Amino acid sequence: MSTTIEDTEPEALDKVIIRFAGDSGDGMQLAGNRFTDASAAFGNDLATFPSFPAEIRAPAGTLPGVSSFQVQIADFDILTAGDEPDVLVAMNPAALKSNLADLRPMGTIVINTEAFEERNLAKAGYTENPLTDGSLNAYKVIEVPMESLTKEAVKDTGVSGRDVLRSKNMFALGLMAWLYSRPLEPTVDWINAKFGRKPEVAEANIATLKAGYNFGFTTEATKNSAVTVKPAKLPPGEYTTISGNLSLAWGLIAGAKAANLPLFYGSYPITPASDILHELSRHKNFGVRTFQAEDEIAAISASIGAAFGGHLAVTGTSGPGLALKSEALSLAMMTELPLIVINVQRGGPSTGLPTKPEQSDLLFAMYGRHGESPLPIVAASSPSDAYESAIEAVRIALKYMTPVILLSDNSVATGSEPWRLPERDSLPDFRVTFATKPNSPDGEFMPYVRDPLTFARQWAVPGTPGLEHRIGGLEKEEVSGNVSYNSDNHQLMTDTRAWKVANIANDITPVAVDDPDGASTLVLGWGSTLPVIKAAVRRVRNEGHPIAHAHLRHLNPFPANLGEVLKSYDNVLIPELNTGQLIRLIRAEYLVDAVGLNKVSALPFKVTEIEAKLLEMI
Amino acid sequence: MTTIEYTRGDFQSDQEVRWCPGCGDYTILASVQKFMAASGIRKENAVFVSGIGCAARFPYYMATYGMHSIHGRAPAVATGLATARPDLSVWVVGGDGDMMSIGGNHLIHALRRNVNLKILMFNNQIYGLTKGQYSPTSEVGKTTKSSPMGSIDYPFNPMSLALGAEATFVARTLDMDPKHTGEMLEAAYAHKGSAFVEIYQNCNVFNDKAFIALTSKDDRDSNRIYLEHGKPIRFGQDMEKAVVMHNGEATIVDAAAVDETAILIHDQTNMSMAFALSRLSHSPTGPTPLGIFRSVDERGTYDDGVNAQLAKAKSTKGDGNIDDLIRSLGTWTVG
Ligand SMILES: Cc1ncc(C[n+]2csc(CCOP(=O)(O)OP(=O)(O)O)c2C)c(N)n1
Ligand code: SF4
Ligand SMILES: [Mg+2]
Repeated sequence: MSTTIEDTEPEALDKVIIRFAGDSGDGMQLAGNRFTDASAAFGNDLATFPSFPAEIRAPAGTLPGVSSFQVQIADFDILTAGDEPDVLVAMNPAALKSNLADLRPMGTIVINTEAFEERNLAKAGYTENPLTDGSLNAYKVIEVPMESLTKEAVKDTGVSGRDVLRSKNMFALGLMAWLYSRPLEPTVDWINAKFGRKPEVAEANIATLKAGYNFGFTTEATKNSAVTVKPAKLPPGEYTTISGNLSLAWGLIAGAKAANLPLFYGSYPITPASDILHELSRHKNFGVRTFQAEDEIAAISASIGAAFGGHLAVTGTSGPGLALKSEALSLAMMTELPLIVINVQRGGPSTGLPTKPEQSDLLFAMYGRHGESPLPIVAASSPSDAYESAIEAVRIALKYMTPVILLSDNSVATGSEPWRLPERDSLPDFRVTFATKPNSPDGEFMPYVRDPLTFARQWAVPGTPGLEHRIGGLEKEEVSGNVSYNSDNHQLMTDTRAWKVANIANDITPVAVDDPDGASTLVLGWGSTLPVIKAAVRRVRNEGHPIAHAHLRHLNPFPANLGEVLKSYDNVLIPELNTGQLIRLIRAEYLVDAVGLNKVSALPFKVTEIEAKLLEMI
Repeated sequence: MTTIEYTRGDFQSDQEVRWCPGCGDYTILASVQKFMAASGIRKENAVFVSGIGCAARFPYYMATYGMHSIHGRAPAVATGLATARPDLSVWVVGGDGDMMSIGGNHLIHALRRNVNLKILMFNNQIYGLTKGQYSPTSEVGKTTKSSPMGSIDYPFNPMSLALGAEATFVARTLDMDPKHTGEMLEAAYAHKGSAFVEIYQNCNVFNDKAFIALTSKDDRDSNRIYLEHGKPIRFGQDMEKAVVMHNGEATIVDAAAVDETAILIHDQTNMSMAFALSRLSHSPTGPTPLGIFRSVDERGTYDDGVNAQLAKAKSTKGDGNIDDLIRSLGTWTVG
């Protein structure tokens, strides 16, 4: 790539990683999201990683109160939000302190100097001011008196009091827009739409945004540092920028549409799953009923009731809530009703790390029920993949009359990426048919008569004359569904339920292996590690080593070809954000001596971590 | 829609009823089946949802749709069903342990939401199915398998609890009075919203004669206080007793000792009166009100509210289009 640096022509980079960090009241998520959208509109590929404090009201200025948003933008298809930021925007000392270690050597720091006064320094645990003690000498520091510049920018707009400094995140955003040649229009449009009813607030935000941009344009401090990242060469298509909770919610709506059923969503608020509830509650015109229950047990129970009534029933939660749903999930399993249970995993156990990513509920999803209670498990591997995964979960639940666990996690749920949209009118059609007629020779309806191929029972909904029947949690006699304590029947029903789930292996896409060079080492992943594994694999290949990659969407049952795939490699690496859960399933199922790469440090993998492990193995 | 003539037999399922001989649940089952046959509810539109317990076996014996769910969760299951399917008549059945212990949370929330459910709590003041432990309605001092030295748990007053949970319909009846049970079922069914009906039910195996004060030939007339809306509250073998308000509390007096005008006229729309009456009897060892404590029509039902919002969203925004929805954040085109 040839680049000429001129006064007017910004330097072209192929990628840049920017982290906005500040107090949770500083509006860093918003600044990051706006920067992301402006970059998306510009045609960059991108990936984001927001990080929030767990406590909403952690004391201002302290380390626990720091909120950050990392975005990587690139002119090629990138996969992750990046390992080390090139640029850190630090709105206060705590933000600097808790993020500096991640910054790449010689990276740039944009500092809001006015926040670096004694009290804030003390709150962040600094005894010396890092701006003056030489500790930042290894970095390129851009010092900006952001607060007085913001005050100056808004002085004619009519905002007063706390509203004045509130827009200082826009100053930071404007400055970054200058530094990376982002257009301002998308942000201006967004501000106008958002604050349409408060014109003075809109005006103040726009004035600050432009002030930040102009500050970059005019001051000594930033001279020659304006660079750009050119649009990426993404595959042709129509794109939007999407976060995983939204696309998952939309996937449920799409699944309901494909099934031609109304959607019922029962949920109790919990981070990071609540946004699914918020999103679905906005779309009542799609026939979506949302029920904010008194607890997670009620949420799943109500969903089971709705499923009995013929709705596409879904209940969503995060780890602690899944624990509460366990007993009812067995009921749904026993009554063989379709139900989607979403678990947006977060750091555990107990309340754990509510806002941090972890993949530590896989074994819980697999085994966290009393009795023999196998259930299909589908996992979303990226924000955009959550849409397809949700549709797949719906398909399985309805076709096989079974609850399905749909795993997401904090990275998928809150991260965002460009999503190549499915074409219009391309939704699959798996509309369901309810039973309308008795299904036994004596003219009765027998709820446990099964489809010979899928072993699914029929779905007969209340209101259908002649099909009145009772279901429940006591063991069912085959065919009739009457309560049965017969020992042979219990064996038969247990085997049948297990077989029904196992048989789904023949109805899911075989696992695809990306192995262009005939490698002997395979890296096998699941869920949100997809982008980072892909990036590591690409690096290893660029270094000249063949490496194969496969990623699982279906965790139970596994795709039918998985055993064969695993056995065709000498080494198998399984990276997971847990202490080794998929690896246990794989070893138990296939007797493959896979190697784990495990991490539970409240952060996603770095590309370099997986890369290093792969290089060590080959 | 054509009306169908049903008999009680049309609501009897083919399953053998397996309660202990002499259990009060039999009488209640018969009362419900009789009511159903006469109610005009089409069989396919009735759903009985229960939790776990002796009482909760109920749905298996009804030839309607039904679900025997898990312990305590029936009000929640039924809430989902009624919200999804407001066209159905959804009934919830459970015991005192099911509804007031493990499921207490779901019960109070169903009541406050005013979901269109008819909730029948068979109160035998004991855990029947698990063979006789004290329940949250058992009296203090009760000796059971789990309380050999007497229970030290203070019991709920189910009527006070339901009223405190903002229930719009609260009534009490007795297994041994099928006629009154039938009347209460009819009133509960006619009510729009959650209707909570406590049915005193004798468990002749683990808590026999708990309600003897209301059922024995000798005592029942002097202890049953039948509440009727708009009527003075009098009771006793010769109507010689009356209820008056005294110092803000419902109090039993000799009717002869007070002025006729002092006798409380039952007003089922008056929450304070309903609550005062609910305090008259705890464990029914003496005079006990039976009938409708509260019935008000002032609040819309939850299920109607949910479905009205859906209709409104559809009429203002039109039917949702998924292709538009996934493009609603703005898109750009590559290539
Ligand atoms: C989760 C769970 N915990 C405990 C039980 C055991 N159990 C079944 S019924 C019951 C209590 C029944 O008492 P009640 O609800 O009053 O009904 P009754 O049998 O008296 O009609 C208990 C504790 C259970 N089935 N499930
Ligand atoms: S144990 Fe009691 S409540 Fe249960 S069936 Fe027997 S008599 Fe009835
Ligand atoms: Mg009981």
